[in-house]
Amino acid sequence: MLELKNVSYEVDTEGGTKEILKNINLTIDDGFVAITGPNGGGKSTLAKIIVGIYEATDGQILFNGEDITHLSITERAKKGIGYAFQQPVRFKGITVSDLLTLAAGRKLSVAETCAFLSEVGLCARDYINREINASLSGGELKRIEIATVLARETPFSVFDEPEAGIDLWSFNNLIAVFEKMRDKCRGSILIISHQERILNIADKIVVVADGRLKQVGTKDEVLPTLLGGTGSPCKTLLDKITQ
Amino acid sequence: MDAIQKRMLEAVADLHEIPSGAYNIRENGKSIGRQSSENIEIVPKQDKDGIDIYIKPGTKNESVHIPVLLSQTGFTETVFNDFHIGEDCDVLIVAGCGIHNSGKGESKHDGIHTFYVGKNARIRYVEKHYGEGDGNGKNVMNPTTVIEIEEGGRMEMETAQIKGVDSTDRKTVAKLADGASLVIREKLMTHGEQYAKTDFTVDLNGEDSSANVVSRSVAKDKSYQVFYSRINGNNRCNGHTECDAIIMDDAKVSAIPEITAASVDASLIHEAAIGKIAGEQLIKLMTLGLSEKEAEEQIIQGFLK
Repeated sequence: MLELKNVSYEVDTEGGTKEILKNINLTIDDGFVAITGPNGGGKSTLAKIIVGIYEATDGQILFNGEDITHLSITERAKKGIGYAFQQPVRFKGITVSDLLTLAAGRKLSVAETCAFLSEVGLCARDYINREINASLSGGELKRIEIATVLARETPFSVFDEPEAGIDLWSFNNLIAVFEKMRDKCRGSILIISHQERILNIADKIVVVADGRLKQVGTKDEVLPTLLGGTGSPCKTLLDKITQ
Repeated sequence: MDAIQKRMLEAVADLHEIPSGAYNIRENGKSIGRQSSENIEIVPKQDKDGIDIYIKPGTKNESVHIPVLLSQTGFTETVFNDFHIGEDCDVLIVAGCGIHNSGKGESKHDGIHTFYVGKNARIRYVEKHYGEGDGNGKNVMNPTTVIEIEEGGRMEMETAQIKGVDSTDRKTVAKLADGASLVIREKLMTHGEQYAKTDFTVDLNGEDSSANVVSRSVAKDKSYQVFYSRINGNNRCNGHTECDAIIMDDAKVSAIPEITAASVDASLIHEAAIGKIAGEQLIKLMTLGLSEKEAEEQIIQGFLK
């Protein structure tokens, strides 16, 4: 479904260029794929390159066999790529129901809106007319963000750390949402996550660190090495950990 | 009514037909329809252009519509409308001005509205301004609103100017007595080379009086907006003023809030923010399949809703 061929991404810095991602080769077919790895390793950048927010400086991206490397965000969205932001955006005056309608691309009945919101543990009655502004908490925004991707019903959906900022109680429900999505998955779901419980339900786990693809495999192959730790920390950090 | 009249009535007063209740429809300087009701009396002024509107004390859930239409190019006028709102009323007043200028002359409507809001009365005042036309003639509106609210009275004023007015200089002054409150919500969008100046002055003279003046605006193209908002706290009172503007293209926006406390128990706050549409807002809507242009429209539409 999605194929990354030698994808690299560089940014200009004062002292020259910095390589954020280097030669990423990855194929994502139908199913549930989790990307994990340390902070600053390039996971979110990879998601943004897939969605079109950043354009790869080198390499090629194929979606259902079609080259989408130079397509805009809008064009990729129309081809069926959905994306949930790690840090959702606030809008003055746009309501939850407005945003879900825009996401679905058609008029939604109250029952449909309610269905999408209840999937993420929100009661439509309390939220349907709420503005997506500073009056919503981080956790509420995050769930609405996930609901917008559900409403798009895209064959390929990218979630960037959906669990971040969500309380433990809601987290259990969130896992249930993704389990359900996996069970009736009509296409692919790509989730960036650090949560073992999310990694556990993944068909495939991809480890990205230092801008490179370190490992790709099933959870049985990848999880033991992850928990054993990757790389070698400096002496100061090692002393702190072993104290 | 002809098609132009209908369209403009809809734009400025949400009217699809002749309204029920009291109304006065003014077109090119003449009243083309007037009706008083049992509790609301509309009387033309003898010494100058305009009307007096008398609302009997205790009148509830009634409305007055007084739209003004200008369809003759080059027509200019100054109109004085005075609203005398009795004690304990609860009424809706809808005013508004639409200019259809298809010629070369400058069309101008200057409306001076004065509100005397009686004790414990509540009024909601809605004012919309709209201009259109295919000629080069300018559409000019300079509304002045004078508000005096007696003890315990409350006024909500909603003012909107979304399209087609080339130049506007709007002035609002208000004086509030004990326990009176005033809420003003302004929505403004300018484009082309339009100029819009807003100037609010609110004197919180009474004990426990309060005012909330909120403006949201969008400035496009080469338009220029100036927003003045002054709140004077002369007693134990609460005042808040907020200006939130989106700036686009080559537009220019000035926001000048001013708060003055002349009492230790006056609590006054001002906020002003001007900025372009946040890039991440555009990106979010583009990931939903909207083009950049469509995303921009949705953001502005929501912001001015």
